[in-house]
Amino acid sequence: MSKQLDFKELQQLAAEILGVDATNVQLDKSFAKDLAADSLDLVELIAAVEDKYDVELSEERLETMKKIGDLWTFIEEEHSRKQAV
Amino acid sequence: MTSELAERVALVTGGGKGIGAAISRALSGMGATVHVNYRSDSAAAEQVAHEIGGRAVRCDVSDGTAVEAMIKAIGRVDILVNNAGAVRDKLLLRMTEADWNDIIATDLTAAFHTTKATLAGGMLRNRWGRIVNMSSVVGITGNPGQANYAAAKAGLIGFTKAIAKEVGSRGITVNAVAPGYVRTELTGKSLTDEMVAELVRFTPLQREGTPEDVAAAVAFLCSPGAGFITAHTLVVDGGLSV
Repeated sequence: MSKQLDFKELQQLAAEILGVDATNVQLDKSFAKDLAADSLDLVELIAAVEDKYDVELSEERLETMKKIGDLWTFIEEEHSRKQAV
Repeated sequence: MTSELAERVALVTGGGKGIGAAISRALSGMGATVHVNYRSDSAAAEQVAHEIGGRAVRCDVSDGTAVEAMIKAIGRVDILVNNAGAVRDKLLLRMTEADWNDIIATDLTAAFHTTKATLAGGMLRNRWGRIVNMSSVVGITGNPGQANYAAAKAGLIGFTKAIAKEVGSRGITVNAVAPGYVRTELTGKSLTDEMVAELVRFTPLQREGTPEDVAAAVAFLCSPGAGFITAHTLVVDGGLSV
Protein backbone atom coordinates (compact mmCIF):
# COMPACT_ATOMS: atom_id res chain seq x y z
CA MET A 1 0.00 0.00 0.00
CA SER A 2 1.93 3.00 -1.21
CA LYS A 3 -0.98 5.26 -1.93
CA GLN A 4 -0.87 8.62 -0.17
CA LEU A 5 -3.69 9.38 2.19
CA ASP A 6 -6.00 12.15 1.04
CA PHE A 7 -7.96 14.01 3.71
CA LYS A 8 -10.49 15.00 1.05
CA GLU A 9 -11.60 11.38 0.81
CA LEU A 10 -12.45 11.32 4.50
CA GLN A 11 -14.19 14.67 4.16
CA GLN A 12 -16.38 13.28 1.40
CA LEU A 13 -17.13 10.06 3.24
CA ALA A 14 -18.03 11.89 6.46
CA ALA A 15 -20.11 14.46 4.59
CA GLU A 16 -22.09 11.72 2.87
CA ILE A 17 -22.73 9.68 6.01
CA LEU A 18 -23.30 12.54 8.44
CA GLY A 19 -25.31 14.58 5.94
CA VAL A 20 -23.16 17.70 6.32
CA ASP A 21 -21.23 19.90 3.94
CA ALA A 22 -17.75 18.51 3.19
CA THR A 23 -16.16 21.88 3.99
CA ASN A 24 -17.46 21.56 7.56
CA VAL A 25 -15.54 18.33 8.02
CA GLN A 26 -12.32 19.66 9.56
CA LEU A 27 -9.83 18.18 12.03
CA ASP A 28 -11.00 20.31 14.94
CA LYS A 29 -14.72 19.62 14.43
CA SER A 30 -16.46 17.66 17.16
CA PHE A 31 -18.73 14.84 15.95
CA ALA A 32 -21.42 15.60 18.50
CA LYS A 33 -21.23 19.38 18.87
CA ASP A 34 -20.21 20.64 15.45
CA LEU A 35 -21.49 17.93 13.14
CA ALA A 36 -24.60 16.92 15.11
CA ALA A 37 -23.64 13.26 14.81
CA ASP A 38 -25.28 10.84 17.23
CA SER A 39 -23.74 7.55 18.35
CA LEU A 40 -25.29 5.69 15.42
CA ASP A 41 -23.88 8.21 12.91
CA LEU A 42 -20.46 7.71 14.44
CA VAL A 43 -20.52 3.89 14.27
CA GLU A 44 -21.80 4.12 10.71
CA LEU A 45 -18.93 6.42 9.74
CA ILE A 46 -16.42 4.18 11.48
CA ALA A 47 -17.82 1.11 9.72
CA ALA A 48 -17.38 2.92 6.41
CA VAL A 49 -13.82 3.94 7.33
CA GLU A 50 -13.00 0.36 8.33
CA ASP A 51 -14.27 -0.84 4.95
CA LYS A 52 -12.57 1.83 2.90
CA TYR A 53 -9.15 1.65 4.55
CA ASP A 54 -9.30 -2.02 5.51
CA VAL A 55 -8.62 -1.26 9.16
CA GLU A 56 -10.26 -2.22 12.43
CA LEU A 57 -11.03 0.15 15.29
CA SER A 58 -11.00 -1.39 18.75
CA GLU A 59 -13.76 -0.75 21.27
CA GLU A 60 -11.28 1.11 23.52
CA ARG A 61 -10.19 3.37 20.70
CA LEU A 62 -13.83 4.00 19.74
CA GLU A 63 -14.30 5.66 23.13
CA THR A 64 -11.64 8.23 22.25
CA MET A 65 -13.26 9.33 18.99
CA LYS A 66 -14.50 12.84 19.72
CA LYS A 67 -13.35 14.86 16.73
CA ILE A 68 -12.66 14.33 13.05
CA GLY A 69 -8.98 14.78 13.98
CA ASP A 70 -9.12 11.70 16.25
CA LEU A 71 -10.40 9.60 13.37
CA TRP A 72 -7.86 11.03 10.94
CA THR A 73 -4.99 10.35 13.38
CA PHE A 74 -6.16 6.75 13.65
CA ILE A 75 -6.28 6.38 9.85
CA GLU A 76 -2.78 7.88 9.52
CA GLU A 77 -1.35 5.61 12.21
CA GLU A 78 -2.81 2.52 10.57
CA HIS A 79 -1.56 3.70 7.19
CA SER A 80 2.02 4.18 8.34
CA ARG A 81 1.91 0.88 10.23
CA LYS A 82 0.97 -0.87 7.01
CA GLN A 83 3.63 1.01 5.05
CA ALA A 84 6.26 -0.15 7.51
CA VAL A 85 5.36 -3.82 7.06
CA MET B 1 -52.05 -6.64 -6.35
CA THR B 2 -51.16 -3.19 -5.06
CA SER B 3 -48.14 -0.97 -5.54
CA GLU B 4 -47.64 0.14 -1.95
CA LEU B 5 -44.16 -1.37 -1.93
CA ALA B 6 -43.19 -0.65 -5.54
CA GLU B 7 -39.44 0.02 -5.84
CA ARG B 8 -38.85 -1.71 -2.49
CA VAL B 9 -36.54 -4.68 -2.24
CA ALA B 10 -37.41 -7.41 0.24
CA LEU B 11 -35.47 -10.34 1.61
CA VAL B 12 -37.41 -13.16 3.25
CA THR B 13 -35.20 -15.71 4.98
CA GLY B 14 -36.58 -19.21 4.66
CA GLY B 15 -38.92 -17.68 2.10
CA GLY B 16 -39.46 -20.75 -0.04
CA LYS B 17 -41.66 -22.81 2.24
CA GLY B 18 -44.53 -22.64 4.72
CA ILE B 19 -45.16 -19.25 6.31
CA GLY B 20 -42.09 -17.83 4.54
CA ALA B 21 -43.52 -18.66 1.12
CA ALA B 22 -46.81 -16.96 2.03
CA ILE B 23 -44.84 -13.88 3.16
CA SER B 24 -42.84 -13.83 -0.10
CA ARG B 25 -46.11 -13.93 -2.06
CA ALA B 26 -47.78 -11.26 0.07
CA LEU B 27 -44.88 -8.79 -0.25
CA SER B 28 -44.68 -9.42 -3.97
CA GLY B 29 -48.41 -8.80 -4.17
CA MET B 30 -47.75 -5.33 -2.74
CA GLY B 31 -45.24 -4.59 -5.47
CA ALA B 32 -41.94 -5.39 -3.76
CA THR B 33 -39.12 -7.22 -5.49
CA VAL B 34 -38.64 -10.28 -3.31
CA HIS B 35 -35.47 -12.27 -2.68
CA VAL B 36 -36.47 -15.71 -1.50
CA ASN B 37 -33.72 -17.06 0.73
CA TYR B 38 -33.30 -20.79 1.35
CA ARG B 39 -30.73 -23.10 2.86
CA SER B 40 -31.35 -26.49 1.28
CA ASP B 41 -34.63 -26.80 -0.62
CA SER B 42 -33.74 -25.00 -3.84
CA ALA B 43 -36.70 -26.47 -5.77
CA ALA B 44 -39.27 -24.93 -3.42
CA ALA B 45 -37.52 -21.55 -3.32
CA GLU B 46 -37.02 -21.47 -7.10
CA GLN B 47 -40.69 -22.27 -7.61
CA VAL B 48 -41.89 -19.47 -5.31
CA ALA B 49 -39.38 -17.03 -6.83
CA HIS B 50 -40.51 -17.97 -10.34
CA GLU B 51 -44.16 -17.59 -9.44
CA ILE B 52 -43.71 -14.07 -8.03
CA GLY B 53 -41.00 -12.82 -10.37
CA GLY B 54 -38.45 -12.73 -7.57
CA ARG B 55 -35.07 -14.36 -7.05
CA ALA B 56 -34.10 -17.41 -5.04
CA VAL B 57 -30.96 -16.85 -2.96
CA ARG B 58 -29.11 -19.69 -1.29
CA CYS B 59 -27.51 -18.93 2.08
CA ASP B 60 -27.26 -20.54 5.50
CA VAL B 61 -28.27 -17.49 7.53
CA SER B 62 -26.69 -18.84 10.71
CA ASP B 63 -23.31 -18.23 9.01
CA GLY B 64 -22.35 -14.57 9.43
CA THR B 65 -19.78 -14.48 6.63
CA ALA B 66 -22.21 -16.07 4.18
CA VAL B 67 -24.90 -13.57 5.20
CA GLU B 68 -22.59 -10.61 4.54
CA ALA B 69 -21.85 -11.97 1.08
CA MET B 70 -25.55 -12.50 0.36
CA ILE B 71 -26.49 -8.94 1.39
CA LYS B 72 -23.64 -7.54 -0.68
CA ALA B 73 -24.80 -9.54 -3.70
CA ILE B 74 -28.40 -8.32 -3.34
CA GLY B 75 -27.13 -4.76 -3.06
CA ARG B 76 -29.95 -3.09 -1.19
CA VAL B 77 -32.56 -4.46 1.18
CA ASP B 78 -35.47 -2.24 2.26
CA ILE B 79 -37.57 -4.94 3.90
CA LEU B 80 -36.04 -7.76 5.90
CA VAL B 81 -38.18 -10.60 7.19
CA ASN B 82 -36.29 -12.90 9.55
CA ASN B 83 -38.39 -15.97 9.07
CA ALA B 84 -35.94 -18.88 8.71
CA GLY B 85 -36.36 -21.28 11.56
CA ALA B 86 -36.10 -24.83 12.73
CA VAL B 87 -37.35 -26.95 15.59
CA ARG B 88 -35.83 -29.85 17.49
CA ASP B 89 -38.40 -30.69 20.12
CA LYS B 90 -37.32 -32.68 23.16
CA LEU B 91 -37.92 -32.48 26.85
CA LEU B 92 -35.03 -30.66 28.52
CA LEU B 93 -33.62 -33.79 30.15
CA ARG B 94 -33.24 -35.35 26.69
CA MET B 95 -32.01 -32.17 25.01
CA THR B 96 -28.32 -32.12 24.12
CA GLU B 97 -26.15 -29.04 23.99
CA ALA B 98 -26.08 -29.43 20.21
CA ASP B 99 -29.92 -29.44 20.10
CA TRP B 100 -29.83 -26.21 22.08
CA ASN B 101 -27.02 -24.49 20.16
CA ASP B 102 -28.27 -25.41 16.69
CA ILE B 103 -31.75 -24.02 17.31
CA ILE B 104 -30.40 -20.82 18.92
CA ALA B 105 -28.08 -20.38 15.92
CA THR B 106 -30.81 -20.90 13.31
CA ASP B 107 -33.69 -19.16 15.05
CA LEU B 108 -31.96 -16.31 16.92
CA THR B 109 -28.34 -15.73 15.87
CA ALA B 110 -29.37 -15.75 12.20
CA ALA B 111 -31.47 -12.63 12.83
CA PHE B 112 -28.43 -10.96 14.42
CA HIS B 113 -26.38 -11.66 11.28
CA THR B 114 -29.00 -10.61 8.72
CA THR B 115 -30.12 -7.51 10.61
CA LYS B 116 -26.57 -6.28 11.17
CA ALA B 117 -25.55 -6.86 7.55
CA THR B 118 -28.74 -5.24 6.23
CA LEU B 119 -28.42 -2.13 8.39
CA ALA B 120 -24.74 -1.72 7.54
CA GLY B 121 -25.39 -2.55 3.90
CA GLY B 122 -27.43 0.59 3.29
CA MET B 123 -30.71 0.51 5.23
CA LEU B 124 -29.40 3.00 7.81
CA ARG B 125 -28.24 5.35 5.11
CA ASN B 126 -31.46 5.07 3.14
CA ARG B 127 -33.43 6.33 6.13
CA TRP B 128 -36.25 3.87 5.47
CA GLY B 129 -36.67 0.26 6.36
CA ARG B 130 -38.90 -2.46 7.68
CA ILE B 131 -37.61 -5.36 9.72
CA VAL B 132 -39.99 -8.09 10.84
CA ASN B 133 -38.80 -10.90 13.07
CA MET B 134 -40.85 -14.06 13.12
CA SER B 135 -41.27 -14.99 16.77
CA SER B 136 -43.91 -17.40 18.07
CA VAL B 137 -46.54 -17.48 20.79
CA VAL B 138 -44.35 -20.19 22.27
CA GLY B 139 -41.79 -17.43 22.93
CA ILE B 140 -44.41 -15.71 25.09
CA THR B 141 -46.23 -18.61 26.70
CA GLY B 142 -43.58 -21.36 26.67
CA ASN B 143 -44.29 -24.94 25.67
CA PRO B 144 -43.02 -28.23 27.09
CA GLY B 145 -40.53 -29.91 24.77
CA GLN B 146 -39.53 -26.63 23.16
CA ALA B 147 -37.09 -25.01 25.60
CA ASN B 148 -34.60 -24.26 22.81
CA TYR B 149 -37.21 -22.95 20.37
CA ALA B 150 -39.10 -20.95 23.05
CA ALA B 151 -35.86 -19.36 24.28
CA ALA B 152 -34.87 -18.38 20.73
CA LYS B 153 -38.33 -16.98 19.94
CA ALA B 154 -38.46 -15.04 23.22
CA GLY B 155 -34.96 -13.78 22.43
CA LEU B 156 -36.23 -12.41 19.12
CA ILE B 157 -38.79 -10.29 20.95
CA GLY B 158 -36.08 -8.68 23.11
CA PHE B 159 -33.87 -8.27 20.03
CA THR B 160 -36.77 -6.61 18.20
CA LYS B 161 -37.26 -4.05 20.97
CA ALA B 162 -33.55 -3.25 21.30
CA ILE B 163 -33.00 -2.74 17.57
CA ALA B 164 -36.22 -0.73 17.25
CA LYS B 165 -34.73 1.71 19.75
CA GLU B 166 -31.32 1.74 18.05
CA VAL B 167 -32.56 2.54 14.57
CA GLY B 168 -35.86 4.36 15.11
CA SER B 169 -34.21 7.71 14.35
CA ARG B 170 -33.48 6.43 10.85
CA GLY B 171 -37.07 5.80 9.81
CA ILE B 172 -36.69 2.06 10.25
CA THR B 173 -39.36 0.08 12.09
CA VAL B 174 -38.59 -3.24 13.76
CA ASN B 175 -41.44 -5.50 14.82
CA ALA B 176 -42.10 -9.11 15.64
CA VAL B 177 -44.95 -11.35 14.59
CA ALA B 178 -45.85 -14.22 16.89
CA PRO B 179 -47.93 -16.87 15.14
CA GLY B 180 -49.85 -19.50 17.02
CA TYR B 181 -50.02 -23.07 15.77
CA VAL B 182 -49.94 -23.16 11.98
CA ARG B 183 -49.58 -26.45 10.12
CA THR B 184 -46.56 -26.37 7.80
CA GLU B 185 -43.71 -28.72 6.99
CA LEU B 186 -41.98 -27.45 10.15
CA THR B 187 -44.83 -28.22 12.53
CA GLY B 188 -46.43 -31.07 10.58
CA LYS B 189 -44.50 -33.73 12.44
CA SER B 190 -45.45 -32.50 15.90
CA LEU B 191 -49.05 -31.41 15.29
CA THR B 192 -51.49 -34.30 14.83
CA ASP B 193 -55.08 -33.91 13.60
CA GLU B 194 -56.34 -34.64 17.12
CA MET B 195 -54.10 -31.94 18.61
CA VAL B 196 -55.22 -29.40 16.01
CA ALA B 197 -58.90 -30.21 16.72
CA GLU B 198 -58.27 -29.71 20.42
CA LEU B 199 -56.47 -26.40 19.79
CA VAL B 200 -59.30 -25.17 17.56
CA ARG B 201 -61.75 -25.93 20.37
CA PHE B 202 -59.93 -23.47 22.63
CA THR B 203 -59.37 -20.86 19.92
CA PRO B 204 -61.89 -17.98 20.10
CA LEU B 205 -61.96 -17.74 16.29
CA GLN B 206 -62.71 -21.50 16.11
CA ARG B 207 -60.44 -22.41 13.23
CA GLU B 208 -56.86 -23.24 12.38
CA GLY B 209 -54.44 -20.48 11.44
CA THR B 210 -52.97 -20.49 7.94
CA PRO B 211 -49.64 -19.24 6.55
CA GLU B 212 -51.68 -16.54 4.76
CA ASP B 213 -53.09 -15.28 8.08
CA VAL B 214 -49.54 -14.77 9.32
CA ALA B 215 -48.29 -13.30 6.05
CA ALA B 216 -51.06 -10.69 6.11
CA ALA B 217 -49.79 -9.44 9.49
CA VAL B 218 -46.22 -9.25 8.19
CA ALA B 219 -47.41 -7.45 5.05
CA PHE B 220 -49.24 -4.90 7.18
CA LEU B 221 -46.16 -4.19 9.29
CA CYS B 222 -44.14 -3.68 6.08
CA SER B 223 -46.71 -1.34 4.57
CA PRO B 224 -46.28 2.45 4.51
CA GLY B 225 -49.34 2.71 6.76
CA ALA B 226 -47.54 0.94 9.60
CA GLY B 227 -44.86 3.62 9.73
CA PHE B 228 -45.59 4.59 13.34
CA ILE B 229 -45.57 1.05 14.72
CA THR B 230 -42.27 -0.22 16.06
CA ALA B 231 -40.94 -2.51 18.81
CA HIS B 232 -44.29 -4.30 18.77
CA THR B 233 -45.06 -8.00 18.85
CA LEU B 234 -48.18 -8.80 16.87
CA VAL B 235 -49.74 -12.08 17.96
CA VAL B 236 -51.57 -13.97 15.20
CA ASP B 237 -53.18 -16.94 16.88
CA GLY B 238 -56.95 -16.52 16.67
CA GLY B 239 -56.96 -15.52 20.32
CA LEU B 240 -55.69 -18.88 21.60
CA SER B 241 -52.97 -17.58 23.91
CA VAL B 242 -55.17 -15.09 25.76
